[in-house]
Amino acid sequence: MHDSTLKRAVTLSGAQRPGKERMLLIAAVLLVACVLPLLLPNYRIFQLTLAMIYAVALLGLNMLTGYNGQISLGHGAFYAIGAYVAAILMDKFDVPYWATLPAAGLVCLVVGFLFGLPALRLEGLYLALATFALAVATPQLLKYKLIDDWTGGVQGIVIIKPDAPFDLPLNPDQWLYYFTLAVTVVMFVLGWNLLRGRIGRALVAIRDHPIAAETMGINAALYKSLTFGVSAMYTGIAGALGAIVVQFVAPDSFTVFLSISLLVGVVVGGLASIWGAVFGGLFTQFIPNVADSISKAAPWAIYGVVLIACMYLMPDGIAGGVRRLWLRLRSRTNR
Amino acid sequence: MEAFWHQVFSGLAAGGVYASLALALVMIYQATHLVNFAQGEMAMFSTYIAWALIQAGLPYWAAFFLTLGIAFAGGIVIERVVIRPLAGSSVLAVVIVFIGLLVIFNAMAGWIFSYIVKTFPSPFPAAAPFGNKYIGSHELGVIAVTLIVLVLLYLFFRHTKLGLAMRAAAENPVSSRLVGIRVGWMLALGWGLAAAVGAVAGMMVAPIVFLDPNMMSGILLYAFAGALLGGIDNPAGAVFGGFAVGVLENLIGAFVIGNELKLSVALALIVGVLVVRPQGLFGQRLVTRV
Repeated sequence: MHDSTLKRAVTLSGAQRPGKERMLLIAAVLLVACVLPLLLPNYRIFQLTLAMIYAVALLGLNMLTGYNGQISLGHGAFYAIGAYVAAILMDKFDVPYWATLPAAGLVCLVVGFLFGLPALRLEGLYLALATFALAVATPQLLKYKLIDDWTGGVQGIVIIKPDAPFDLPLNPDQWLYYFTLAVTVVMFVLGWNLLRGRIGRALVAIRDHPIAAETMGINAALYKSLTFGVSAMYTGIAGALGAIVVQFVAPDSFTVFLSISLLVGVVVGGLASIWGAVFGGLFTQFIPNVADSISKAAPWAIYGVVLIACMYLMPDGIAGGVRRLWLRLRSRTNR
Repeated sequence: MEAFWHQVFSGLAAGGVYASLALALVMIYQATHLVNFAQGEMAMFSTYIAWALIQAGLPYWAAFFLTLGIAFAGGIVIERVVIRPLAGSSVLAVVIVFIGLLVIFNAMAGWIFSYIVKTFPSPFPAAAPFGNKYIGSHELGVIAVTLIVLVLLYLFFRHTKLGLAMRAAAENPVSSRLVGIRVGWMLALGWGLAAAVGAVAGMMVAPIVFLDPNMMSGILLYAFAGALLGGIDNPAGAVFGGFAVGVLENLIGAFVIGNELKLSVALALIVGVLVVRPQGLFGQRLVTRV
């Protein structure tokens, strides 16, 4: 336990001062991300947009599960709340699409914080259970009669796709891609700032040794419930983006399987890793398609097998695998 | 008043199903301190096997017991192949693997048997027993079957050598190994038994909710609530909790908030019990030493 804390602390402080290579890598990724929509067909652009949205949601869940060690099987509920806040604001109040994001984030921050308060008393498995219950109950709650004037009941809400502003020569898909890219970059920079310093170390300390963390003067209760709130905020903003991009929200798109695929994305992408959220987003978006092409009949079965195999073969996820590969390559070139 | 009693009795019948599944959860929890998220889907898959056997022309009870055998063997295989290698890994890893199993069983059922909703036969007569108007035969049968399962398990764990060995292995693995109990196999047997008990729950509930790959997700939630309410380390408590949740859910659903919000009752119960009294009504309080 102590060893892993130490190792984490070292890697964290390594992330504190981004090396030249790392900055170059990030610049290259961003450059590719900016050029791609000019080359790809609209459908692919749409898929990449969704992958970025998942990455934002996964970064939120990763703060909670990866860094802070609280297992949530219910983040689909926060994604749903974000999506519905955006859809209702646009549909009923004519709020412009970009203004719905902060609103969705704020609502989810509050709801997540409130859900995090009782969650303080729950450890590991029990928290997983409680959040699992939340995920299973979400579609029913969204269909509730008394709120169906707002939520549209089973039918859900249809949203109009926004056009590019300022007469930019972009089609709506390309514009939404760039809009999402900008939001994603902002969210990742904020998340990186949050996790690289004091707060990030406090979260990891609470995960690895809660009692030791308390003796060091970390207010575990406050940190844990705040993490729940911030994590829900990230996922809620992703949900709002998702609603805008898909142009549709309905209760049955937010089943327990959404929550499951979010948790899967975090684990497969790499726990306690910011890059892990990026890999996880790509995985969540594209692997179901790949699984679909392997077996038309049971893509989810392939998904399940990948998941279990990943747990045995690559417990630190894609990000961990890439990191090991990177270190090996570097030590070879330095020699 | 008649409506009230009707709801109570159908709640007891549903509660019997929750109690069986809760019992399966508790059996695995006692042995390994894990909560099996795939328990519901395993039960669902077993029920499909029973359906296929009945379609193949087997009489109901033959199919019933054959399914129990298959579920038992399947549970052992899952423990040996998938769960065993995880011994000693983090809670998160275990939860992820359970979720993987859940997804695989759900997808396999849809793939092999299609997502079309099927009817499942009940072994009990259609007419209400003794001409009463409160409870149907199937509902009465479900309650009876649950109680029989409970008594059999009680006798097994209390009065047989194997049952004692399984309890010892769950209670204190190290000492058990020293007196010659094969702890690994006891855990596998526990998984087998839990899978079989879950299969009973599946076959009992299928005539009521109809057979489809997602039939168990709600029921698993009620079973969780029941197990937590009764105390997740106490089998009799879990059975009581299952029945209590069944009645509560039916009454609240019928008279207070309406049927569409029933699952939220389970959510509220789970969060409520965990926050107010995490050990449940009859469970032992867990004290951790620093």
